[in-house]
Amino acid sequence: MPSYVLQDKCDGCKALDKTACQYICPNDLMVLDKDKMKAYNREPEMCWECYNCVKICPTQAVEVRGYADFVPLGASVTPMRSTDSILWTVKFRNGSLKRFKFPIRTIPEGKAQPDGGYPTHNDLKSPALCTEPESLGLKEVASLN
Amino acid sequence: MANFETVEVTTDLLIVGGGMAACGAAVEAAHWAKKNGLKVTLVDKAAVDRSGAVAMGLSAINQYVGLRDGQNTMKDYIDYVRNDLMGITREDLVFNIARHVDSTVHLFEKWGLPIWKDAKGAYVHEGRWQLMINGESYKVIVAEAAKNAIGTENIYERIFIVGPIMDGNRCIGAVGFSIREDKFYIFKAKAVLVAMGGAVHVFKPRSSGEGLGRAWYPPWNAGSSAYFTLKAGAEMTCQEVRFIPVRFKDAYGPVGAWFLLFKSRATNGFGENYMETRKPELEKWLPYGKVKPVPANLRNWLMMLDVQEGKGPISMRTEEAIGKIAAVESDEKAAKKKLKELESEAWEDFLDMTISQAILWAATNTAPEEKASEIAAAEPYFIGSHSGASGAWVSGPEDVAPKEYFWGYDCMSTVDGLFCAGDASGASSHKFSSGSHAEGRIAAKAAVRFILDHKDRINYDMKAIDEMKKEILKPLDLYAESSKKTVTQDVNPDYILPKMFMFRLQKIMDEYAGGVSTGFTTSEKLLEKGLDLLSFLKEDTSKLAAPDLHELMRCWENVHRMWQAEAHVRTLLFREETRWPGYYFRADKPSMDHENWDAFANCKYDPTSDKWEMIKRPIIRIFKENKEPEMVV
Repeated sequence: MPSYVLQDKCDGCKALDKTACQYICPNDLMVLDKDKMKAYNREPEMCWECYNCVKICPTQAVEVRGYADFVPLGASVTPMRSTDSILWTVKFRNGSLKRFKFPIRTIPEGKAQPDGGYPTHNDLKSPALCTEPESLGLKEVASLN
Repeated sequence: MANFETVEVTTDLLIVGGGMAACGAAVEAAHWAKKNGLKVTLVDKAAVDRSGAVAMGLSAINQYVGLRDGQNTMKDYIDYVRNDLMGITREDLVFNIARHVDSTVHLFEKWGLPIWKDAKGAYVHEGRWQLMINGESYKVIVAEAAKNAIGTENIYERIFIVGPIMDGNRCIGAVGFSIREDKFYIFKAKAVLVAMGGAVHVFKPRSSGEGLGRAWYPPWNAGSSAYFTLKAGAEMTCQEVRFIPVRFKDAYGPVGAWFLLFKSRATNGFGENYMETRKPELEKWLPYGKVKPVPANLRNWLMMLDVQEGKGPISMRTEEAIGKIAAVESDEKAAKKKLKELESEAWEDFLDMTISQAILWAATNTAPEEKASEIAAAEPYFIGSHSGASGAWVSGPEDVAPKEYFWGYDCMSTVDGLFCAGDASGASSHKFSSGSHAEGRIAAKAAVRFILDHKDRINYDMKAIDEMKKEILKPLDLYAESSKKTVTQDVNPDYILPKMFMFRLQKIMDEYAGGVSTGFTTSEKLLEKGLDLLSFLKEDTSKLAAPDLHELMRCWENVHRMWQAEAHVRTLLFREETRWPGYYFRADKPSMDHENWDAFANCKYDPTSDKWEMIKRPIIRIFKENKEPEMVV
């Protein structure tokens, strides 16, 4: 199916103008059925299983079932993404379970400064980009001359 | 015509795309635009937070030169890239990206991307040029910096850009439509920076059902960069240099960490290592058969020879590699700890960037420390940022490029005001995510300079733009007119739906242009036949029909793919040799022809005459003192 939506959990993002999964899907697959007020994947065979719909869903209504044309049934991989880390639960076909936790960012969301705090420069003709050479950690930008 | 409101957006620099290169462009452009009172606008067909090839995340940064720490020199990197591409590389472009890429990686770290560090605080390398990261939110972080730089009010999401607006040989904007509401968009700009990625699903993929979407490169990369630049009349390069990745079979999980970090071997069904047993074959591809590391396409080739002889399946010996690493530990407790660490690293490699592979391992009860996993050559992709090279022919930097490669502005195509970065620019392979971001920055700075140098008046032919609107919306009109004729809407004599159009394209490319089913082999006769069938497909673009905005996007994505396909087939025909046997094999020209083809095979489409021109361009090295071949150890 690749991503699929659980009937009981999806609330159509409470009829806001679009659902969270619809907002994020890079391939424009998730869409809201306005009669049922439930989201669904309209083109499962174009799904990359990128999990962005799964990660963003406010009610954990979206899951992924491996591509049926080559993946045996019975396994699942489920993320819980927080502001600074992600916890994965991997359930094997034979029932065994693994958990992994990885960091996802080192500074709070929204705080990325475009210049990274490096000094910026204003010579439009030089090959140096605006934060260089400091952001290179070098005295100057490499050149052949 | 469908009743669409027309929205006009006027800006100075238009960035088309939202991936790594586009986000790099936004960050750099914002700085220079602010200094000079210019406006920057970015338009993306998806949501910038999770668009482009890095939408899922990545587990490594594949280009970091390490100049700061004296790890490598510029020349080291250029030698590596040139050799991997069998000599077909614009060294000036590779130089330009390599000299800036470390700066981009240092910015990523400041923006909050977790890069692995060792006990001494130095970056952990996966391989010589690769850094390990915790990259689940890589794209979110890079997008955040781009949004903070140009402001969300200057970002248009869910607008699908179809093609360029031209004034003679100058690109002055782009047209497209919203995929959320009935609106047609005209973006007017003084310069346009194209970064819409490479192309997937031009060739038939191995999977046939749901798994169709599990391409190695994401299915939303639909050849839009190639179409945009071709239709603007830009000269293109390396359109024959597709890339075929060898990955874990079916789910396409990454193999880099296994080969480079865990030092794993791959063996065939008889336990033989093709890199050893097939070594004599490398002599046929000199001088590149002798370089270290062995070029990616030759590694592919040696494996393909085993597969052709029925010696598969090919396995990544994960159990052996993990066992070897753990065995080095002093005692059992340390070995156990090490195993746990390796297990976590192995799973993160998939969970960060190819979650499907984690599902496949779990579904087949695969524990990498216990059993090997199958690997295979995938299908062909157009990805100039990786180990392919297709893209527009762009100007090099003034202080590095020979005069033949320089026409005023870094990363500018042969069309004035049309800049390209990432998969959109060619002959500068191995830039990956970080180099694409760096190239976006380089292109953006140059584009701002172009705008300030060209204050002359631009003319918009509104009548021509209105014609484009009609053509772009036509699939909706055709569907509205004809779909009622039949009881069901999928089969109708008056039109073709975009998915069937894509399948037709894929079948042609697969069977005639060296896809999976022909073992990546083609020939002049096959290519000519393919071109003939492509010409019918091209005529049938006027019969594409779309019931809604989503399908309208699919129609144009597939037209974009078809143009990438045509440029590819024409260039495969033009280069009368086999240069990258592990990417494609010309059965009628089965070896390298140094005398005639140590050169770029370029092409150009003339929108006025509707004619293609094939052009051979010389390869000019920038480090003159080099003697072929360079051994990179």
